[in-house]
Amino acid sequence: MQNSPSSPSLIEARPAPPPKRSTFSLRSNQVRGLIYQVLALSLIIFMVWFLITNTLDNMRSRGIQSGFDFLMQPAGFDIGEDWIGYDSNNGYWKAFLVGLVNTLRVAIIGIVLTTVLGTLLGIGRFSRNALIRGLCYCYVECFRNIPVLLQLLMWYLIFTEYLPQISQAWNVGNLLFLSKNGISFPSLVWATGHTLALVGIGCGAIAAYVYAGRARKVFEDTGKLKPVLWTTLALMAGGALAGWLAGGAPWQWEIPKMTEVQVEGGGALTPEYLAVLIGLVLYTSAFVAEVVRGGIASVSLGQHEASASLGLSRSHSMRLVVLPQALRVIIPPMTNQFLNLTKNSSLAVAVGYPDLVSIANTSLNQTGRAVECIAIIMAIYLTTSLLTSGFMNWFNARAAIKER
Amino acid sequence: MSEIFVSLPARTAPVKTEGFVPWVRSNFFSSVPSSLLSLLILGILLWVASGALRWGVFNAVTAADADLCQAARGIGACWGVVNEKARFIVLGRYPQLEHWRPVIATALLLGLVIASCSRYFWKPWLALLWAGVLAAFFTLMSGGVLGLTKVSTDQWGGLPLTIMLTVISMTMAFPIAVAVALGRRSNMPAIKSLCVIYVELIRGVPLISVLFMASFMLPLFMPVGKSPDVLIRVIVGITLFAAAYMAEIIRGGLQSLPKGQTEAAASLGLGYWQTQLKIVLPQALGTVVPSIMNNFISLFKDTSLVTIVSLYELTGALSLAVGSDPNWRPFKIEAYIFIAAIYFVCCFAMSRYSLWIEKQVAVGKAR
Repeated sequence: MQNSPSSPSLIEARPAPPPKRSTFSLRSNQVRGLIYQVLALSLIIFMVWFLITNTLDNMRSRGIQSGFDFLMQPAGFDIGEDWIGYDSNNGYWKAFLVGLVNTLRVAIIGIVLTTVLGTLLGIGRFSRNALIRGLCYCYVECFRNIPVLLQLLMWYLIFTEYLPQISQAWNVGNLLFLSKNGISFPSLVWATGHTLALVGIGCGAIAAYVYAGRARKVFEDTGKLKPVLWTTLALMAGGALAGWLAGGAPWQWEIPKMTEVQVEGGGALTPEYLAVLIGLVLYTSAFVAEVVRGGIASVSLGQHEASASLGLSRSHSMRLVVLPQALRVIIPPMTNQFLNLTKNSSLAVAVGYPDLVSIANTSLNQTGRAVECIAIIMAIYLTTSLLTSGFMNWFNARAAIKER
Repeated sequence: MSEIFVSLPARTAPVKTEGFVPWVRSNFFSSVPSSLLSLLILGILLWVASGALRWGVFNAVTAADADLCQAARGIGACWGVVNEKARFIVLGRYPQLEHWRPVIATALLLGLVIASCSRYFWKPWLALLWAGVLAAFFTLMSGGVLGLTKVSTDQWGGLPLTIMLTVISMTMAFPIAVAVALGRRSNMPAIKSLCVIYVELIRGVPLISVLFMASFMLPLFMPVGKSPDVLIRVIVGITLFAAAYMAEIIRGGLQSLPKGQTEAAASLGLGYWQTQLKIVLPQALGTVVPSIMNNFISLFKDTSLVTIVSLYELTGALSLAVGSDPNWRPFKIEAYIFIAAIYFVCCFAMSRYSLWIEKQVAVGKAR
């Protein structure tokens, strides 16, 4: 620095930094990361190798055969409930298929019923009537604090011990029969008319979808609301009616008849199925109710007040303002509950309902192929879980806030 | 000219909105449909309650007398079955003379768990206490030393087994869960994918299939001729199961932490483990305590599944106690109600505690 204040000199430019040398050091993050990963992977590979060699040794010393070829052998056991025409001469693969169908029957119907009941209970927690609030609260606390297995066993016990013998079945107007052997109800005699009616419903749904698109466009252009819900219902009902009439309006029901020792004909549900379904639905509903309650509670009070000040009625404000916002919070935990219900349906093995796990258990005991049977159960449940969560993620993405 | 002043009539007092009568009016009879509904529900409640009282209290038989119970069948409950079998249901097949051992062992374990809930005990020596109590628990339960008769694990049962399975699996699952949660957030692809596969694999299958695996497949996995005890196998299965769920909970806690915390730690020169142990985990774990508590409750209920692989915890001991005795078999529902009440009390108390913790956590966060 010179001592002349009038001409300030610049600080000398610093030399350019030396070019970065790529150094190899055991302390660098990359090298350490690589070492850790190699260690972890080799540990896992070693463990898997250890387990597999042990398993093979064990199988050899115990004379256990392995492989999936047993799936083709005749199963040799009867299944109480089957919807796809199975008999004991069929192969194990078909027994597993029966089990899968039975699991899905519980899971799908259970999910539908649980959603309805759970949502009602969750909304009930916000009722202005203290009795309804209190009842919903008690329901949730009672049902979610008792193990689901115990509940299934209790329902099964009630069905098999406390209902009357089949010869003295409870009779509702000669249409419904309720006894230890389950419930019998009138079933439809399937005819072309019904198939056509289903086709009609499908066509109605497609027409309704097109109409809803139109209606949204009209709403965005002019602000006029069209009655989408009613039109959808009308279109689907009309389609069903048209199909049914076109098929010759079949109107025949098969009504169960009471004979000396049993109830014949009609549709029937076994006590095992009912116990599993009712137990799972009541248990999971308590959790779904909490999910719904949490979702509604997460919508800020200002939204309620704003919709009230716009003149919306309580039910309108719930349906148009609160629920659509609550849905975003509700969907992810609801997915978990659906998956839980599906997985808990495996407890059917405890009451003798022939679901997938129960069939696999029987096959395991008969053939001794533990690894294969358990692998089949796990693979099927994994697939179902991944499919369900995939679908719910897609649905969630649709319901989520669209941010720019 | 001047008019005579006439005061307006006094207005009536405003409608009361406080107190019992207005509360009843607004909560039960706010509108016509609401009133009708209230009356309907009240009627049904009264009918159910009177029926339940008649069945469960007035016409019930409490003496452990199967003939009296048989006579009262259909009109009154038979609490005699509880009277007679409670000991077997709660303690399982443990030898009668040695019943004091599971009682003391379980009391020790429960005392430890309750003590661990209080902030006063959150000191390093708590780990030592845990080790000591667990050692005492297993010594008392299995015996074979100190002059205690040996009791093999297949005779353990009832509530002690339920509590032990829950507490031990949860304790062992915790470190695994922390490791997996950290692994899932690390940026090393191999470790991350291993953790993801583990978590998704376990969470995608039901507990019962994990238990089947533990009881049928683990013996095949071990070296020939060396198969661990069924109890140990089941504990391993439940631990692996619980760890996957807990890892997801802890990951949620890790995610809720703002990135500034790790960046600040890095700028202070802390390494990875120092950052995790001193900065990230203490904050993340604090926020997820209520969820872990819920996980604990559901595990407590899920231990009832081990009865399917023939370990006789509370539910299994009941089937064993009542199902094998033709005198008492018809009164299984009363026994079920008894253990349902045990489960309910435990789970309800724990969920209240979890709510309390949630409030405590919120107090710490409030500004």
